[in-house]
Amino acid sequence: MIQHVTNPVLEVHDLTVSYQRKPVLWDVDLTLPQQALVGIIGPNGAGKSTLIKAIMGLLPLNSGFVELFGKPLEEVRKRVSYVPQRESVDWDFPASALDVAMMGTYGQLGLFRRPGSREKKLAMEALEKVGMQDFAHRQISQLSGGQQQRVFLSRALAQDADLYLMDEPFAGVDIATETAIIELLRQMRDNGKTVVVVHHDLQSAQDYFDWIILLNMRLVASGPTEETLTPPLLEKTYGGRLTELSRVSELLQKKQFPIRETKPTRK
Amino acid sequence: MNIDAFWIILTGALVAICCSLLGCFLILRRMAMVGDAISHAVLPGIVLAFLFSGSREVWTMLIGAALLGVACTFLIEFFHKKARVQADASIGVTFTTLFALGIILISVYAGKVDLDQDCVLYGEIAYVPLDIWLTESGMNLGPRTVWIIGGVLVVLLLFITIFYKQLYLTSFDPAFATAIGLSTTLWYYLLMGAVSLTTVAAFESVGAILVVALMVGPPATAYLLTDDLKKMLIISALAGTIASAAGFYLALWLNGSVAGAISAVIGLQFLLAFVFSPGHGLLAKRRQPVAVMKANA
Repeated sequence: MIQHVTNPVLEVHDLTVSYQRKPVLWDVDLTLPQQALVGIIGPNGAGKSTLIKAIMGLLPLNSGFVELFGKPLEEVRKRVSYVPQRESVDWDFPASALDVAMMGTYGQLGLFRRPGSREKKLAMEALEKVGMQDFAHRQISQLSGGQQQRVFLSRALAQDADLYLMDEPFAGVDIATETAIIELLRQMRDNGKTVVVVHHDLQSAQDYFDWIILLNMRLVASGPTEETLTPPLLEKTYGGRLTELSRVSELLQKKQFPIRETKPTRK
Repeated sequence: MNIDAFWIILTGALVAICCSLLGCFLILRRMAMVGDAISHAVLPGIVLAFLFSGSREVWTMLIGAALLGVACTFLIEFFHKKARVQADASIGVTFTTLFALGIILISVYAGKVDLDQDCVLYGEIAYVPLDIWLTESGMNLGPRTVWIIGGVLVVLLLFITIFYKQLYLTSFDPAFATAIGLSTTLWYYLLMGAVSLTTVAAFESVGAILVVALMVGPPATAYLLTDDLKKMLIISALAGTIASAAGFYLALWLNGSVAGAISAVIGLQFLLAFVFSPGHGLLAKRRQPVAVMKANA
């Protein structure tokens, strides 16, 4: 089930990526609609992070191409924001939360201009949006995991992009932070942005996203949540893995009940 | 203070500022030993420059050394990225091989090359005032080394102030830097080029060991004292300057090696920071659990 859209925000065409000759992504071909909250779902090692790294040009492509807003990345870099995995950086680095948020403005500054009061204001506003304004001058190693993740998000917000690609923004954050973050992502979508999120948890995926990409090296499905989060497609994505299968059956059971009434409604 | 002492301390301070500024970025990238690598790897460059030009003129040697320095950083990056060897292993294997190559070249051409390995490795900062730059009209402009290192410092200060944000971001989060269109490779080589230039300009006068000590010691001390990279750069430059002045007088008092005394002071500074630093120090850590418990209560 691969549904294509016209006028896509993001088009991935026949993409193949490999690490040391071992293919990680094989012939992925998909398009994403505007103003959507998109989840990339799949088992460990399915190539979820690889997909968004390939989209951001961080990895060499074996074949295929990626177009954003109908143009190659180089021409629209300022409209795209990337949030790496939290563990990918050294949090003992001598930087404050404000310093990190301010990095979001660097792309607009060009080669020589240095961040000034305007950039500081933008960064402060971004920190306020994620509720981290009181921690602006705190060194980043003194923040909790959830707070660090929010600082990363504020950096993306400071970029003021139209398309956001986030690598596991919910990894290692508590439920309160997760709720706050998803609320923020919904607001962003309602303001016309497209947010693509690598996500692990099948159960919350149902409530969080309006478009789902199911990935396991090959693209299993890409389409609206109701049509993609189905037992046959999930089974195809997760294969015969026992633990994952039991989760699928859990989901099956839930489907027999009206889950929308017990869980927070999707806006 | 006599004029010779002034020149020695000034040279030491200039070298200290150059090395410690760059060292801050190196230790944050976990590449502190790159300075060590470059200062050893330049040996074959010096020998080859000598063999090809046949002269011991300073500029040919510096160019030969600088070329090998950059080649060394290229090889380190190449082995790290392509062969997927750890960065520190890659540094180790590259510079020992290049240094060995230099030693072999010297021993094979022993008759033709009049080079002293000790001189390359240990240098002697006390001889700085002997190599005076005289203009054609005979005007005394002071030691040549001071001019060379001074020039390097000006280049470095411009480089770091103008491109601070690029150096900062590519050191902290290379993936994000690439995503917004900064070339991490370009900034890596520019930084390594600067390290190579500094090492080559400095080791001739102060020796490789002191260069390494200055590139790692003061930045490590500053890292313990602050959580802000700008302050870290300033503190480490100050610490390096103080160490070179204090080291000179320590050496005078002991009648010993200046480079050795400076390195010892650097070690002492680090030890003091380790024990007394307000944020990361041993004493502060001992007090911290109590403070945290109070905050939670």
